[in-house]
Amino acid sequence: MPKHSHSEEIAKIEEVAIELRKSVIEMLLEAGSGHSAGPLGTADIFASLYFHILNIDPKNPQMPDRDRLVLSAGHICPILYATLAHRGFFPVSELKTLRKLGTRLQGHPHINEPPGVENTSGPLGQGLSQAIGMALSAKLNDQTHRVYCVGSDAELQEGQIWEAAMFAGNNHLHNLTWIIDRNNIQIDGYTEDIMPLEPLRQKLEAFNWHVLEIDGHNVEEIINACDNAKAIFERATVIIAHTIPGKDVDFMQYKFEWHGKPPNRVQAEKALKELRTLAGRIRSEHD
Amino acid sequence: MIADEAKLNHHIFTTKLNELPTRDGFGDGVVIAGEKDENVLVLCADLTESTRSNKFKDKFPKRFFETGVSEQNMAGISAGLAISGKIPFIASYAVFNPGRNWEQIRVSIAYSRANVKIIGAHSGLSVGPDGATHQALEDIALMRVLPNMVVLVPSDYEQAKKATIASANYKGPVYIRLTREKTPVFRTQDSPFEIGKAQILMTGNDVTIICAGPIIYEALKASYELNMKYGIKCEVIDSCTIKPLDEKTMLDSVRKTGRVITIEEHQISGGLGGVVSEMLSEKYPVKIKRLGICDSFGESGTYEQLIKKYGLGIDHIIMEVKKLISER
Repeated sequence: MPKHSHSEEIAKIEEVAIELRKSVIEMLLEAGSGHSAGPLGTADIFASLYFHILNIDPKNPQMPDRDRLVLSAGHICPILYATLAHRGFFPVSELKTLRKLGTRLQGHPHINEPPGVENTSGPLGQGLSQAIGMALSAKLNDQTHRVYCVGSDAELQEGQIWEAAMFAGNNHLHNLTWIIDRNNIQIDGYTEDIMPLEPLRQKLEAFNWHVLEIDGHNVEEIINACDNAKAIFERATVIIAHTIPGKDVDFMQYKFEWHGKPPNRVQAEKALKELRTLAGRIRSEHD
Repeated sequence: MIADEAKLNHHIFTTKLNELPTRDGFGDGVVIAGEKDENVLVLCADLTESTRSNKFKDKFPKRFFETGVSEQNMAGISAGLAISGKIPFIASYAVFNPGRNWEQIRVSIAYSRANVKIIGAHSGLSVGPDGATHQALEDIALMRVLPNMVVLVPSDYEQAKKATIASANYKGPVYIRLTREKTPVFRTQDSPFEIGKAQILMTGNDVTIICAGPIIYEALKASYELNMKYGIKCEVIDSCTIKPLDEKTMLDSVRKTGRVITIEEHQISGGLGGVVSEMLSEKYPVKIKRLGICDSFGESGTYEQLIKKYGLGIDHIIMEVKKLISER
C-alpha cells in the first residue's frame, strides 16, 4: 500500500475531527446535560493529538513509554471520550452512557475510567500540576516520552495555574507541552469582560515558557507546533491555540451561552446535518 | 498498669525521658523509607528545615523537589508523580497542607487514589508563640472526611518514624499529622506499629482514655497519678490511626469500662473526639467526655501554657476523669 501523502494525512485527521464533533453532539443529546462549546472547539486538537502526534497504543493503554495526555479542563471530557473511543480504547457504543448511573464516562473524568484517561480533573487549574508531576517522573526515570496538558483559557484565572507555570518554567521541563484552548469564553461571558487574560503571550513568556500561537483548527499548525516543542531542550512549551467555541455548528459558534449546556433534539439534528454536510465537503475537496 | 505488648520505655514515670519532636521522626523515617525504595521522593513548600525534610534532601538531592510557597501546585505535582509510580511525600505546615490545598488533595489525590503521603507539620498547639493563624486545629476533620484517605497522628518520635515508614509501604493516600515541640519519647524501638491498629498503653477497668498525638503522655501521667492517689484505673488507648478506626480495640475496652474520655490537640468536633463519639453512639453508647479545643481559635503562648489554658494538662485530665466516674 502506498504511504499516505501529507495532505491525505491532514484530510484524514480533519475528517476524524468532524466524526468526533458528531459523537459529541450525540453524546450530549443522550446525556441531557454537559458542555457543548469546548468539546466542539477542541475537536481538531484532539484528532491531531490522538490520530497523529501521541505515541499511544489503544490495545496497551498502560504502555510505560506512552505519551501522556493530561486533560486539565475536565468539563470538555466529551471530546476526550469521543476521541478515545474512535481511536479504539473502548467501544464507540459506550459513548451513549455519558453521565449515566454506573458509567465509566463520568461527567468529569476519573483516572483510568475508561482506559486512556490519564488523570482526574474537573475543578479547574489542577491538570498542569499533575502533568508537571508526570514530566518530572519521566525525567527521573530517563524516559523519553512526552507529557501533553490540554487546558482552557478561563482556568488561567486560577492561582494554582500560575504556581505550576512558575515551577515548570524554572525546572526546564522540556518534555512538557501545554496546549491552551484560547476560545475566549467562560460560563459568565467573554474572558476579556469577566477577567482579562491578555497580554497572555507576554505573561507566559515572563514565566519562562517557550510560547507558540496557532490556529487551533488548522491541523497542520497543530502538528507543526507540537513538533516544534520537541526541538526545544531548554524550556517547557505552551501552545496558545486560538479556537472558535462551538466550532462547525453554526448556531453555537462564538456564543458563550453554549459553554455549559447540551443541545435539545431539534438543535442536535440541525447540528448533525451541518456536520454531515461539512464532512462531505472535506471528502470531495480531497477526492 | 503499663501494657507489656506496647513495649514502652520501662522508666516512663520514674526518669526524665529523652525528648524529640514528632517531625524528627518523619525526617528520619523518610530517609529510611528512601533507602529502601528509590521511588520515595520528598517535595517541600519552602519549609525544608522546619518539616525536617532537609535530611532527605541532603541524602537524596535528586529526589527532593522544592516547590516554593505553593502548596496547591505541590499537591498536584505529587499526584502526577504518584500516578507515574513514584511515592511522593509532600511537606509543609498543616494549616497549609492540607489547610490551603484541601481541594487539590480531594480531587487530584484522594479521588484518584494517588499514592501520596501528606505531611502536616506544626499541628495543634505545639507551634505556640506563632498564634492562631499557624495552629492547625481542624486538619484531622478536613482529612478524615475524604474517601480513600488514611489519617495518622503519631504520639512520639518513635511512632512518627514507624508511621512514616509504614505509610511508604502502604499503597494509597495517607495524611500524617506532626508537631513542632519536643515531647517525651516514651516508646522504644521495639514498640509495635501497624496502620489501622490502636494500641493499649495502660490497662484498667474504670475509664477508657482514647488519645492521639503527643498529648497522650499527659494522659499517661494523669492515669498514673489517678491510680496512685485514688485507685482509679484508666485504660489508655493510643489511636494513632484516626482512619480507618480500630473499632474493635475501642469497643472491647469500653464494654469493660463504660466510660470514655478523648483527648486531642484539635477541635472536639470532627477530630478524634468526633470519630469516637460517632462510632460509639452507633455501636455501644456510653458516657463520653471530649477534651480538646472547643470551637475556638488558638492564640500565642508557650506550648505548656496553651495546654493548660485549653484544658489538656494533667490536672485537668484528672479532674475530668474523677467527674466522669462520680457521674455514674
